[in-house]
Amino acid sequence: MKFAVSIGLEIHVQLRTRTKIFCGCPTTFGAPPNTQVCPVCLGLPGALPVLNREAVRLTVMAGLALGCQINRRSKFDRKNYFYPDMPKNYQISQYDLPLCVGGGLEIATPSGRRLIRLRRIHLEEDVGKNLHFAQSSGVDFNRAGVPLMEIVTEPDLTSADEAHSFLFALKEVLLHGGISDCNLEEGNLRCDVNISVRPEGADELGVKTELKNLNSFRAVHRALDYEIRRQIELLSCGRAVVQETRRWNDELGITESMRTKEEAHDYRYFPEPDLVPVELTEEQLTEWRAQLPELPAARRARLMREYGLPEYDANVLTADPDVADFFEAAALRSQQPKIVSNWIMTEVLRVLGERGISIRDLPLTPDALVELIETVQRGVINMPAAKSVLAELMEHGGRPAEIIERRGLVQISDRGALEPVIEEVVRDHPGPAADYRNGKAAALQFLIGQVMKRTRGKANPKLVAEVLRARLEGHPPSS
Amino acid sequence: MSTSTPVAGPSSLSDALVALQRKEISSEELVTGLLRAIERWNPVLNAYIHVNSEDALACAREADARRRTGDPAPWLGVPIGIKDNICVRGQPCTCGSEILKSYRSPYDATVSRRLREAGAVFVGRLNLDEFAMGSSTETSAWGPARNPWDVDRVAGGSSGGSAAAVAAGMAVAALGSDTGGSIRQPAAFCGCVGLKPSYGRVSRFGLVAYASSLDQIGPLTRSVRDAALLLSVLAGRDPMDSTSLDVPVPDYLAAVDRAPDHLRGCRIGLPREYFAEGIEPDVEQAVKAAVADVARLGADVVEVSLPHTHYAVAAYYLIATAEASANLARFDGVRYGLRVPSEDVVEQYERTRAEGFGPEVKRRIILGTYALSAGYYDAYYLRAQKVRTLIRRDFERAFQQCDLLLTPVAPTTAFRIGERILDPLTMYLGDIFTVPANLAGICAISIPAGLDSRGLPVGLQLMAPALEEARLLQVAHVLEQTRPRLPRPPLASRASKGSPA
Repeated sequence: MKFAVSIGLEIHVQLRTRTKIFCGCPTTFGAPPNTQVCPVCLGLPGALPVLNREAVRLTVMAGLALGCQINRRSKFDRKNYFYPDMPKNYQISQYDLPLCVGGGLEIATPSGRRLIRLRRIHLEEDVGKNLHFAQSSGVDFNRAGVPLMEIVTEPDLTSADEAHSFLFALKEVLLHGGISDCNLEEGNLRCDVNISVRPEGADELGVKTELKNLNSFRAVHRALDYEIRRQIELLSCGRAVVQETRRWNDELGITESMRTKEEAHDYRYFPEPDLVPVELTEEQLTEWRAQLPELPAARRARLMREYGLPEYDANVLTADPDVADFFEAAALRSQQPKIVSNWIMTEVLRVLGERGISIRDLPLTPDALVELIETVQRGVINMPAAKSVLAELMEHGGRPAEIIERRGLVQISDRGALEPVIEEVVRDHPGPAADYRNGKAAALQFLIGQVMKRTRGKANPKLVAEVLRARLEGHPPSS
Repeated sequence: MSTSTPVAGPSSLSDALVALQRKEISSEELVTGLLRAIERWNPVLNAYIHVNSEDALACAREADARRRTGDPAPWLGVPIGIKDNICVRGQPCTCGSEILKSYRSPYDATVSRRLREAGAVFVGRLNLDEFAMGSSTETSAWGPARNPWDVDRVAGGSSGGSAAAVAAGMAVAALGSDTGGSIRQPAAFCGCVGLKPSYGRVSRFGLVAYASSLDQIGPLTRSVRDAALLLSVLAGRDPMDSTSLDVPVPDYLAAVDRAPDHLRGCRIGLPREYFAEGIEPDVEQAVKAAVADVARLGADVVEVSLPHTHYAVAAYYLIATAEASANLARFDGVRYGLRVPSEDVVEQYERTRAEGFGPEVKRRIILGTYALSAGYYDAYYLRAQKVRTLIRRDFERAFQQCDLLLTPVAPTTAFRIGERILDPLTMYLGDIFTVPANLAGICAISIPAGLDSRGLPVGLQLMAPALEEARLLQVAHVLEQTRPRLPRPPLASRASKGSPA
């Protein structure tokens, strides 16, 4: 029997705000425990929440970027459950009137691009972090009250690969929109998944399980692979999938039962009386829509249209909005955007990958890259020299002209200067010269190499080939 | 001894402010007098659960020094008593509960900050029903506050400590909180003035929440003018409380001081439903006498209807308990307050809360949890919210026919300690005339009408539309002038033996 898989994601995204959602404490990561807390985020008796408008703006921006419908009137609710990391033992979240409803995001699949529908996006507060010691436990409340946006998809994803692609596409949008730093190591993006399988052709979805503790995109992929296999195996031998929450054990590479449906919480949601409903005016939405930066899909299309780039280049460049910005800054000053793209995709991205840094951290400027490319185009230096100049630019910055000058890299394109060297090479290597004359074309490369060696790499290789060919094919030297 | 008068010095907040400004009395003298009264009478009345003797005296001396150097702060050195569910930096805030017996607040409530900035001195923490849940101050972990008019009777609740202290001269004025009548009913029982401002008029930041959508902080004082004075300091928008209203604060004192000596042009409504329930004859008579007086002063007295009054108590006890069930979840022994060490965290929650909360608080947490549970939410919580809307509309309609409503505060005068504590339903039904104002978010005041045949104070309630405190205070002041001045409370038992002290 063949099976169809349905996967839905619930993604918690930490918003890029300076302060927490209901108080003025900073959201800085990595501070010593309980140093970024106040009566409000500690849930002290009498403290009241005050909504951070920036968190609302960023959530709405995400909604606009993902084509959601924005609720003009939205409200907060209390979600009640006891847990030591929850200061108030209720979480302020949104239940029936979230900020954003609907929307979707396209992903690339082997069978073409496909829209994954979103159910909703709501805003809520993060909880603290339990710490366990030898004899006791503690709680760090620095993270309590950090603004989180929860994005819930429809169960439109059909494989672990698709879930993975969705997460990458989403991350791209959130980065482009300046909505989140999406720093996985700092827990900026956390994901729970709902998954069910059913015999292919069946109308109704199968019984689902919910997976938790997925701390990386890779964990999502592995956990889904495992869980799909587990559910298919159960159904294949006539057993049923139990509706439950399962925890991903990353070490063992398996999912383990946490709690069944019967043990599920009754969260007793009710409207948060300490906050007033969020009312958004049309003017406000218009203003925010105007602030929305260009999104990856639109930018890809524009890079292809305006700079004549192939789709592949556009995809690579827009994966990181900063890289795309760098490209555009350079391409605007250059006659040949495709060549700019080649340089960035090969040399620059390789260095970024090796050093694990952002393009913003490079001392290389778009101007310098354009100047370097033009120098090559004009035949002033050759490619190997250019690559070494670029390496220096990426390490220390500076102007290409100055580096070329200091390191004496200007290539020799003067026929008169090259001919004596070529004469020497032909004289010193009679064998290869004879081979070439006897029709062994590859021998020419050896001779070119020798000329480059004697000019310490500065000879214009095209000119060397031309002169060599003429010399060996019997034309007498010009002198 | 049993009839000795407790207080020397100014008899009201207004007088105290003037006497201090004219340097006829120093803050140190004033506070010393209060501390002496507290020392003498608090063992009888149990109004204060914590007295800041040294701290208050130090602050009084500092205030006197500042006044000598010409500091113009208007309330410099004025002593105020604070209900023990309103935070004052560095002071205990027990909420009358075992679970917070060791807790001190590290921050000021907005009202405390405003009073502090105006120069006020905080004398002590006033007794209350545990987490303000009760109508008699009997649910306090510190024992009941007693009524200065008959110490065998309750002071009312939940702000019973505040009312008893003001009535007995152990406080010039005090802050209380009112969720369903917790300022007005004890004010009525103890013979003082109690104002519940409109929802959003006074910041709730730093008030330990019982029912967030109903709670308001307000003054308990010896006169309407004093209430106006205190409200002027408390009222106004607070960026720390999203539900506080951004509406200008009128000059309440001017409204009182410029009150005419008549009520011509004022329409006073008598809601039919507030006179139909089982009211004690003495209470009814006191209200009727007041009605005659307002008519004599030229007011148009009209009968109006608030048809959903009958459902108010039920709606109140669903909404308030639902909110309370979440508000009180934070008392879990993890971060502050009582912790009963246990094997695991769940057991720790259970034992801490089992030992920390009293029976009334547990009853309300369970009731509220039930009202919000899956499958019951629509029938209880949601339904109660619909009733709340109907009650609000009742008032809107009534206020088209009249400017203010005049009603009893409670069906009875102060009852005996122990009389109702084992019968929660009777206790709840006693809130019938006060909870509607909280559900509707309007303002209401309780002023003394006189004494019943047993010599116990009877209260009168005036209610006005939301944010109409100026009008409410003005009419209350005019009405107050027509009432006979209450004698000093006996501070003793009415039973033959006299004072138990």
